[in-house]
Amino acid sequence: MPGVSPGWLDFEQPLAELFERLEEVNALGVTTEIKKLQQQIEELKIKLYANLTPWQRVQLARHPRRPYTLDYIERMVTNFVELHGDRAFADDPAIVAGLGKIDEIPFAIIGHQKGKDTKEKLTRNFGMPHPEGYRKALRIMELAARNNVPILCLIDTPGAYPGIGAEERGQAEAIARNLREMALLTVPVIAVVTGEGGSGGALAIAVGDRVLMQENAVYSVISPEGCAAILWRDGSRAEEAAKVLKLTAPDLLNLGVIDEIVPEPLGGAHHDWDEAARLLKKAVMANYHVLNTLPGEELVSRRIEKFSAIGVFQQGEEK
Amino acid sequence: MVESSARSGETLWFRCSRCGEIIYRKTLESNFYICNRCGYHFRITPEDYIRIILDDGTWEEIDADILALDPLKFPKYQEKLKEARAKTGHADAFAYGRGRTGGVPVVFGVMDFNFIGGSMGPVVGEKVARSVRLARNERRPLIIVATSGGARMQEGILSLMQMAKTSAELALLRRDGVPFISVPVDPCTAGVMASFASLGDVIISEPGALLGFAGQRVIEDTIGQKLPEGFQRAEFMLKHGLIDIVTPRRRLKETIVNILSVLWHGERL
Ligand SMILES: [Zn+2]
Repeated sequence: MPGVSPGWLDFEQPLAELFERLEEVNALGVTTEIKKLQQQIEELKIKLYANLTPWQRVQLARHPRRPYTLDYIERMVTNFVELHGDRAFADDPAIVAGLGKIDEIPFAIIGHQKGKDTKEKLTRNFGMPHPEGYRKALRIMELAARNNVPILCLIDTPGAYPGIGAEERGQAEAIARNLREMALLTVPVIAVVTGEGGSGGALAIAVGDRVLMQENAVYSVISPEGCAAILWRDGSRAEEAAKVLKLTAPDLLNLGVIDEIVPEPLGGAHHDWDEAARLLKKAVMANYHVLNTLPGEELVSRRIEKFSAIGVFQQGEEK
Repeated sequence: MVESSARSGETLWFRCSRCGEIIYRKTLESNFYICNRCGYHFRITPEDYIRIILDDGTWEEIDADILALDPLKFPKYQEKLKEARAKTGHADAFAYGRGRTGGVPVVFGVMDFNFIGGSMGPVVGEKVARSVRLARNERRPLIIVATSGGARMQEGILSLMQMAKTSAELALLRRDGVPFISVPVDPCTAGVMASFASLGDVIISEPGALLGFAGQRVIEDTIGQKLPEGFQRAEFMLKHGLIDIVTPRRRLKETIVNILSVLWHGERL
């Protein structure tokens, strides 16, 4: 059994091997072999990624090679200026916030940020914000609203950080306040889940007029591992839990929780960051142009109605 | 032996889960379910809070007949709902209605921790949202006693969205200047604490109540150490500026009435 190539998932191993062979052949410059391998790769991609299980989607959403917020900003946004700090305690590197332009239109951009290497992972706290991150996000969103600037939120977090400092400084309050205040923003808010939509820590920057999900993103009330631990007292049964939680983009579209699925390059965003960014930008701008026709108060009332309408129940005969 | 649940059929004697004192039922009832030796506040039912906070005979429940569906076809959820309904006699984990406290007409809501851990799914979310709307439409102050382990896993992402729904409705209530008094009691964590329960204009809790975002075991597993004594208790929340008041249960009503007498002096209906 060959060793697992770094940065590839278990089920992607056959593909990783083909890529390795392609590199070797490329070095030798044998054109016919190169063509043959490239075709094999495309065929295998279609086969591998055509019928992904929910658990495989979870793995793709967490893929170590997946582009993160700053990668998208680099490809989609010009004149980007990052802004820092919650004006009270600290700057939280697990959330990036700033101002820039997309297709010459001014935007405020907020997003969770994970790290690429070990050092950055630690700095970014694996994309798990403290209260300061949420407070910074709200500060920039309110700044945007006061200046009639639309807001783009990119969501990719395992969840809000569960730690001592986070509790002492009001993690619950920070999330709750964002949920309340985002409802009142008088500018278009477009939220896109680009990776892991980890529960309240994700929702705290995802109260959008339009909520989108990338094709291989997941969005859930609890991690599959956490769900399995509660259901079967066995965190290793995450694969089954991923199925019952209904956390994939098509599931959420069916449940009426999201508005649209943003396509990714074949095999996932990690195969082609530029193409993933192009597809994301296209979806964001299409939604922006629709929302931009609505006055601020109309956006607010529609946004509140949209979230108020989510959920199913039955009511017995009227009393 | 009964520890923290003060209501289990015809039990005559209760043991305090903090100090071990054995207390006669009638004594406990007449003392607001507070241990007369150590001051431990037993967990109590929604009916108890209605009796403690509202004026006698003023409670009129609304929407008691809203029932959960099983949109995810989640393993064992139907059985869990059936059991919880049988155990509590309630349709779900939240009840709301009109009432008066100290003569002031209010909208009152209360959660039931015995109903699947007080978890918030679409039924709880919808009823909390309706209670907020009622308070806004009738301009009555809103009081909610919250106790919950968070969002209801069995209704998945739909439960998570109730956090946004309840908070958005509260945004409008706040904009219209109708006060909301939140009373998170033991325990209140995760999705409920990270939404409406943290959004009170005034937040009141009881001594020793566990309040916070993350569960204690999750934090311990994450940071790899034991949590200090008193962590996430109401007194800790007070010290860190996250709630307004910790009051013994016997003074809960008086505290609420005092606050409303100032905030709501001009709007008695
Ligand atoms: Zn005691």
